Amino acid sequence: MKKNELNFEKKLKRLEEISVLLEDEEIDLDKAIELYEEGLALSKECSERLRTAELRINELKKNSLDMNSNLITD
Amino acid sequence: MLSKATSDKTILSVSQITGLIKRNLEDEYSNITVMGELSGFKPHNTGHWYFNLKDSDAIISCCMWRSLNSQVFFKPQDGMKVIVTGRITVYPPRGNYQIDIRTIKPAGSGELQAAFEELKSKLFQEGLFDDINKKKIPEFPEKIALITAIDGAALKDMLSIAERRYPLVELFTISTKVQGAGAANEIAANINYINKLKNIDLIIVGRGGGSIEDLWAFNEEIVARAIFNSVIPVISAVGHEIDFTIADFVADLRAPTPSAAMELATPDRNDLLSSLGSFNQEATQSIKSIVAAKRNRLKNCVVSYGFRRPEDIVKRRYQDIDNIVFRIDNGIKFRVSSTKNRLAVLIETLKMHDIQKILDKGFVLIKQNSKFIRRFTAFNKMSPFIIKFADNEIEINKNSFKQDE
Repeated sequence: MKKNELNFEKKLKRLEEISVLLEDEEIDLDKAIELYEEGLALSKECSERLRTAELRINELKKNSLDMNSNLITD
Repeated sequence: MLSKATSDKTILSVSQITGLIKRNLEDEYSNITVMGELSGFKPHNTGHWYFNLKDSDAIISCCMWRSLNSQVFFKPQDGMKVIVTGRITVYPPRGNYQIDIRTIKPAGSGELQAAFEELKSKLFQEGLFDDINKKKIPEFPEKIALITAIDGAALKDMLSIAERRYPLVELFTISTKVQGAGAANEIAANINYINKLKNIDLIIVGRGGGSIEDLWAFNEEIVARAIFNSVIPVISAVGHEIDFTIADFVADLRAPTPSAAMELATPDRNDLLSSLGSFNQEATQSIKSIVAAKRNRLKNCVVSYGFRRPEDIVKRRYQDIDNIVFRIDNGIKFRVSSTKNRLAVLIETLKMHDIQKILDKGFVLIKQNSKFIRRFTAFNKMSPFIIKFADNEIEINKNSFKQDE
């Protein structure tokens, strides 16, 4: 995952935010279209991620904190 | 006498008599089962256990070697009634005897229950179960650590549920002994250990169902404290054959089974996909409403008072001009007509002056229908008429003569 890319949860939160913003009919039209497009793109990314994700399982070795830390830091 | 009596018997050394006692006792009591109350329990740092068993009238020393006590599922506590098996041994250097214990177990389930209740009440008093200390379980965990037996059914269940519900999650397993002696220490150590790693969002600690003895590690104080001290939220996931373990009370969330724990820990992929689908629908609906609303506003603007103002202003200016023209027009007309009137009056006055001169000389004028009659042909002898003298006038009609008669 790229560093500046939103994680899955943040994408979902952003989508919720966009839904709320789009409920306001007084919103600027250009802004609304921009949000709509952003929302559709995010929704597509999230769906793709859910469909294609594969479970990752790591076995931690006891008493080797350094090795495991390397495993976990992203 | 005394010396004579003793001289009859063989004189034994301390070692000899102790050796005899040892042989007798150890032969006689090589396989015994004893029930008593635990007291003075202390684990030695070599791993061996030393304590006493007592009842109201007697006390006996006990020891249990590390290799054997590592199989004991519970931590002995003073006051606990236990049943031990073993043999009597004599320790010549101290001249004492003890039970060399092979197995130890609580005298009844009531004993474990009592230990459970005691610990529960102690931890409750300390606030370890308070809701205020419960951490929030993350809604979308990215990394979950699983503390359970690496070869257990519990782990397999959790992996398959994670796979089905939320494969976005990354799982970290750590092989952990979850039953028997030392299980509690290992569970606690692994909870502490996971807390030293970065970025773990959630810990699930548990095992499948079992007897109260099998699950006992989750009733130990050391596990309770490790869960309480964990900075990372903890879900307890101990098989449901008994109602609750101490771990369940301390955990941030309690699940009745490992499978249930994973279900609680992860959002469901299908729910997410369907809510993403409904986002698309709703957003499309919203954008349509927004466009419709804008169109409506535009329409309202065109017919609005403000928007019509410029047109009104032009119209009003036209009206102003019309008014002015009208007024000018009227003014001119009035002036013309009043001039005309004045002229007529003057003319009339002039005329009257001429007529008066004639009348003064004694002539009269005849007026019929408000006109002076100048010629015989203009006179109508059937109509009344007026004779105008210089000083007055008189109307002559049919009745004029009748009255005189």
